[in-house]
Amino acid sequence: MAKKLLMGNEAIAFGAMRAGVSVVTGYPGTPSTEVLETVAKHNDGSIYVEWSVNEKVALEVAAGAAYTGARTMVTMKQVGLNVASDPLMSLNYIGVKGGMVIVVADDPGPISSQTEQDTRHFGKFAKLAVFDPSTPEEAYTMIADAFDYSEKYGAPVLFRPTTRVCHSCASVEMLDNIPKKELEGFVKDSRWVIFPKLTYTKHIKIENNLKEMSDDFSGYEGNVLTGSGRKGIATGGVSHSYVCEVLKNTSAEHKLLKVSTIPFPQKLALSFLQGLDEVLVVEELDPVIENELISLCGLHSLKIKIKGKLTGHIKNAGENTVESVSGPIREFLGEGFGETSAHSKQADTLESKQLLSTQLEQPLPAQLEQTPPTLPVRPPVLCAGCPHRASFFAVKEATKGMNAVYSGDIGCYTLGNAMPLDMVDTCLCMGAGITIAQGLHRVEPDRINFAFVGDSTFFHTGISGIINAVYNQTDIIVVILDNSTTAMTGNQPHPGLGQTMMGNISDKISIYDVVSALNVSMIVRANPFDLKAAKEAVNAVVDKKGVRVILYEAPCIAVSKGSGRYLVDNDKCTGCKVCINKLGCPAIEMQDGKAKINPTLCTGCSICEAVCRIGAIRGENL
Amino acid sequence: MMNCMIAGVGGQGTVLASKLIAAAAMRKGFDVRTTETIGMAQRGGCVVSHVRIGSNISSPLIPLGSADAIIAFEPAEAVRVMPYLKEAGVLILMDTAVKPVASSLTGDSYRTSDMIDYLKEHVERLVVINGQQLLTRCGNAKTLNVALLGTAIESGIFPFGNKELEEAIKELLPQRFLEINLTSFEIGRDMYNGN
Repeated sequence: MAKKLLMGNEAIAFGAMRAGVSVVTGYPGTPSTEVLETVAKHNDGSIYVEWSVNEKVALEVAAGAAYTGARTMVTMKQVGLNVASDPLMSLNYIGVKGGMVIVVADDPGPISSQTEQDTRHFGKFAKLAVFDPSTPEEAYTMIADAFDYSEKYGAPVLFRPTTRVCHSCASVEMLDNIPKKELEGFVKDSRWVIFPKLTYTKHIKIENNLKEMSDDFSGYEGNVLTGSGRKGIATGGVSHSYVCEVLKNTSAEHKLLKVSTIPFPQKLALSFLQGLDEVLVVEELDPVIENELISLCGLHSLKIKIKGKLTGHIKNAGENTVESVSGPIREFLGEGFGETSAHSKQADTLESKQLLSTQLEQPLPAQLEQTPPTLPVRPPVLCAGCPHRASFFAVKEATKGMNAVYSGDIGCYTLGNAMPLDMVDTCLCMGAGITIAQGLHRVEPDRINFAFVGDSTFFHTGISGIINAVYNQTDIIVVILDNSTTAMTGNQPHPGLGQTMMGNISDKISIYDVVSALNVSMIVRANPFDLKAAKEAVNAVVDKKGVRVILYEAPCIAVSKGSGRYLVDNDKCTGCKVCINKLGCPAIEMQDGKAKINPTLCTGCSICEAVCRIGAIRGENL
Repeated sequence: MMNCMIAGVGGQGTVLASKLIAAAAMRKGFDVRTTETIGMAQRGGCVVSHVRIGSNISSPLIPLGSADAIIAFEPAEAVRVMPYLKEAGVLILMDTAVKPVASSLTGDSYRTSDMIDYLKEHVERLVVINGQQLLTRCGNAKTLNVALLGTAIESGIFPFGNKELEEAIKELLPQRFLEINLTSFEIGRDMYNGN
């Protein structure tokens, strides 16, 4: 069979299609988004695919489909599982008939997330199996195993890749499709209705299943024991690849245990522990494998030293790298590392420095002996031409001097917190801007509370917050930033657009109409690039009472064409830097004492023209 | 085995460049492993792609000090990833600076010449491409990633040839952008040869 270059998320999607998945649901979230998109892109029409409004909805739709015997898959990022945790917890008691795999991508680092939570805990908490692939190739075959195990035990399973598996590409050997089973359909039965009595009997079954699964997984091909000796290294997920990279350079005797599942394969782990003096556990996020080994040693009175995150041998936050695990492994195995490769000495010393620098936002040290020139800090910014910049700027200008607090939310617009806009005072989780604002206002009613929310977030969990504010008569201003897309995750559609992942057009759900129906006290809409109108919208609501809504509507620059370019008239520009200092647009920089607009970045949004006090900025063709 | 790193700023097309390298290597029969920055950092932040070509590669991340080549789309980003370069590694640099908003605000911007001087001193084989000239000749900033691959292939860093890379471009790029990209690819090759 041919090999194909696949990103981990694509491998998961192709693996699921190969395994006969027929319903796929999810909500976008980095690093999980491409799984569902890949299924939609390669769908021959036999698979039902949807972006659901949120993760709870997605999981429930997939569960219903799995009640019929169909194979279903749900995709989300780790924080999405928090939203979906209610159905997740009960679903194990009810169970499923068709294989149901919940793909939850974790994000060590984090590179694009608000937490560094470990979904393996969710598996343990919900008493569900978790599969933890270490490479795209493994993910491709493992997802089919996940469907099989789900059907074997009649329960959903979690499939937990991490960013470096999701967003890595590898040459993957493509395999033949697995024949689909005949669909039985939904059969009415009391087993589908959760009641305390049913829960009790199911709980006993779940506990028995967990024991059986642990034994089953001791023989699973994803859990591998190799080597011999008195020292052992246990690892899993992408850390396994870093460990292997380091172990290539040693002749020191060691055992290696790779763990890819929860429940923990206890029998296999016991043969690993047999004859060992000490163990080093290398994993990302939480010490899950480490705690399992400690507990196993306790259960079997084994006197083995377990080293890892709990003992400070492995760092307890951020992602692992070859460098971060190399030092601890060398120290653990002691001798046996031959002539160090050219880089490794330098790499080891660099490691301590590298740990101090956060994810690429601070300069990495170059050569240790010579100091490189100071490197610029380059945090992510709103794009040139982004309508959010205009919206934030309009509200900022209109509320100048007022005692206002600005609550933000999750999306590109979180970047509104950066200077010079500085318009995000709080950000917690999806939908929380609107509700945090209400809490702030309860205690400090003299302040003006703004809550910014994006269009996709509005549909995800924003609406209930507005209903709460109206019902409980809170005085807040909700600013909806409708850019006609789910931008941060790569421009997915949502209910306001009417496009579905099946290629159909459904009726668009108008945000304006929804908000109107919620009985808010005022609602005004404006185009944020029309700075005057955008500021007037704020003026119209700011001194009123009740829940007031401003709806700013302008499409994301990634899904719309720009409207030309703007230039600086060098003769007029005084170099006052007002355009730069007020907007922070990446297309404007100073050159020889004058502002200069980069023609390849400018999209013609025009707000710099509006802020230039001396009229030195104008449209290219004007 | 060959390790190649691509460094730049979000929006410059580094992710596509790494995909093209990987696809070309696979056409030559090599196994490939890559990883890159996707998500929030892409919005004008630092982006780095790791491409590893050959068999028996475990980690998708290139270990420090083991990159055979770095293709840098920006001088400061080149200096930032320097610890990854092998002692005798090749660095291909497009010399146009992309000033971060933060630098424009504080005014403490960096001098491109400082970065290039540092690279000249520390890189055994440094290929500097005049970004302004490349842009003028290509005429479209969105094709500079493919142009730089043209420069890279001429510098002889890849274990595959011009043919595989060109096929990969034809395979992965949408039809309507193909011609302009193939032209830029040729310009990038010419620029290496001093034409």
